[in-house]
Amino acid sequence: MGKLRTRKHRVVLNRSVGGDLGINILLVILGLFMFIPMFYVIIQSLKPLDELWMFPPRFIVERPTLDNYLDLFTLMNDSWVPFSRYIFNTVLVSITGTVGNLFFSSLAAYAMAKIRFPGGKGMFKTVRTSLMFHKTVTATTNFILMGALHMIDTQLAIIVPAFATSLGLYLMKQFMDTNVPDAILESARIDGCKELRVWWTIAMPMVKPAWLTLIIYSFQDLWNAGSSIYIHSEQFKSFNYAIGQILAGGIARAGAGAASTVVMMMVPILVFVISQSNIIETMGSSGMKD
Amino acid sequence: MSEQTAKKRAVSRSEMTKWQWTWKEMKKNKVAYLMVFPYMLVFSLFTMLPVIVSIVISFTDFNMLEFPNFVGLDNYIRLFLDDDIFMTYSVKNTFIFAAIVGPASYLMSFMVAWFINELGPKVRAIVTLIFYAPSISGQAYLVWKTLFSGDAHGWVNGKLLEFGLISEEIQFFEDADYIMPLCIIVAIWTSLGTSFLSFIAGLQGIDASLYEACAVDGVKNRWQELWYVTLPTMKPQLMFGAIMSITSSFGFGGVVTALCGFPSTDYAAYTITHHLDDYGGARYEMGYASAIAVILFIIMIGANMFVKKILSKVGK
Repeated sequence: MGKLRTRKHRVVLNRSVGGDLGINILLVILGLFMFIPMFYVIIQSLKPLDELWMFPPRFIVERPTLDNYLDLFTLMNDSWVPFSRYIFNTVLVSITGTVGNLFFSSLAAYAMAKIRFPGGKGMFKTVRTSLMFHKTVTATTNFILMGALHMIDTQLAIIVPAFATSLGLYLMKQFMDTNVPDAILESARIDGCKELRVWWTIAMPMVKPAWLTLIIYSFQDLWNAGSSIYIHSEQFKSFNYAIGQILAGGIARAGAGAASTVVMMMVPILVFVISQSNIIETMGSSGMKD
Repeated sequence: MSEQTAKKRAVSRSEMTKWQWTWKEMKKNKVAYLMVFPYMLVFSLFTMLPVIVSIVISFTDFNMLEFPNFVGLDNYIRLFLDDDIFMTYSVKNTFIFAAIVGPASYLMSFMVAWFINELGPKVRAIVTLIFYAPSISGQAYLVWKTLFSGDAHGWVNGKLLEFGLISEEIQFFEDADYIMPLCIIVAIWTSLGTSFLSFIAGLQGIDASLYEACAVDGVKNRWQELWYVTLPTMKPQLMFGAIMSITSSFGFGGVVTALCGFPSTDYAAYTITHHLDDYGGARYEMGYASAIAVILFIIMIGANMFVKKILSKVGK
């Protein structure tokens, strides 16, 4: 409600028509830049073969068909490793990695946010700094480490590191800082509630938006993971990798390629649509103070 | 008697040395260590240790087969003095990428978040989705390859041919003149991610009364409002967003490989990341690859420090 009132208030005081117009035009241009390619993938996936080959290529589809999606299944059945295997791999990695990440990160985030113990702050600062480490920087050495841990060519090489993401802990801790009042935890402790119970029964239900955000981030990351340097065996590779192979077929497979892209992107997009307001709420405390 | 022992035990903090106090606190909070242990173990192993190990290995000639020998600064000397590809292409391209994509995506994230802040909640949710979707859609960016495909089935070539602007198709992703600009566009297209959401949330969280107070104090238009109220209030989000944008713009490489192959024609979009992949992933020259990783790491941290300095001046 408060927002609505300000909006009116601001329009009256500070808003020039020219500015509004300029901003909206710019927003539409940028929006088209973002949306057109996405739209084109969807259109391509619905085109029958003759329209895919049409010159010049068009942004509309005259006789939409689901043939490309059906083709996808045929292509999948022809592949060397059954396609269901790739899907299974991606689902397995996405789910186990996400559950582990949620569990590990929120447990550690709770301790760092709500218990004062020597080293806690230092640990959090280290994690926060590590937001600056890009995966590529650590990939080379991780390859050696994975080798030493005998995790090369197993899915553990992807799942285990996903348990402890810097962003996951960072967002969870920040959110707990602002949204879990110390007083409630303190009274539970005085009542003799053990710390692990306080975490699970009191703190965790209060940070549902952060849960969801963490799940979505982790899931997106794992779901979109393509080929990995840690995995050589075909039967352990991901769905995304398999799609890349279809797309590599070039124009002849343009339809199936587009269909597979749509299938692939729909999952994270739907997840985001459902949980958007929770994510935004979590991001509200993502800021970095110093 | 028991009273006396109780007195003895209750030693106050001032009577203890710093270490005794710490030790007591550590024992008291055993459970906290238990709680951070699983996370910190995995985190140390796969995020911290690799950085430390990279630094150590970068001073050796480790190749995954033989026992590494200490070679001092040889890897770094070779990298800077003998490796023409690194100096002429990787470093240059990485900086061009980062200098354009980083700020562009950061500014675009902020601008769009700011533009949509005054829209109604439903419209805002839809616009947010349109801008955010490309960054979470996996390989959807490959559509750019279809749009700019080198044959007449590429939409852009098709249009250009139709209007007679060109007589034969342009090989966009193989022509060194086009590779870089196109990759930059695609990179920006996929870059409205975490920082974008963080900005939206930050703007939503600004207290409305702040604007009212400023209007009373003589802030005249939205630009002044932006500079004097919005930006300073949002500083924490701006900081967080900057880190996310910088880090991803320097680590950018996978998309280039997917669009232009490896290596791209004339190394036109060959970045430090590619060089790292080449030596670490293909040649197994881990010592040398680690030196490259360390350099990239230093660049990323340096860029973050630099931007932090700049951001601290916002609103002053």
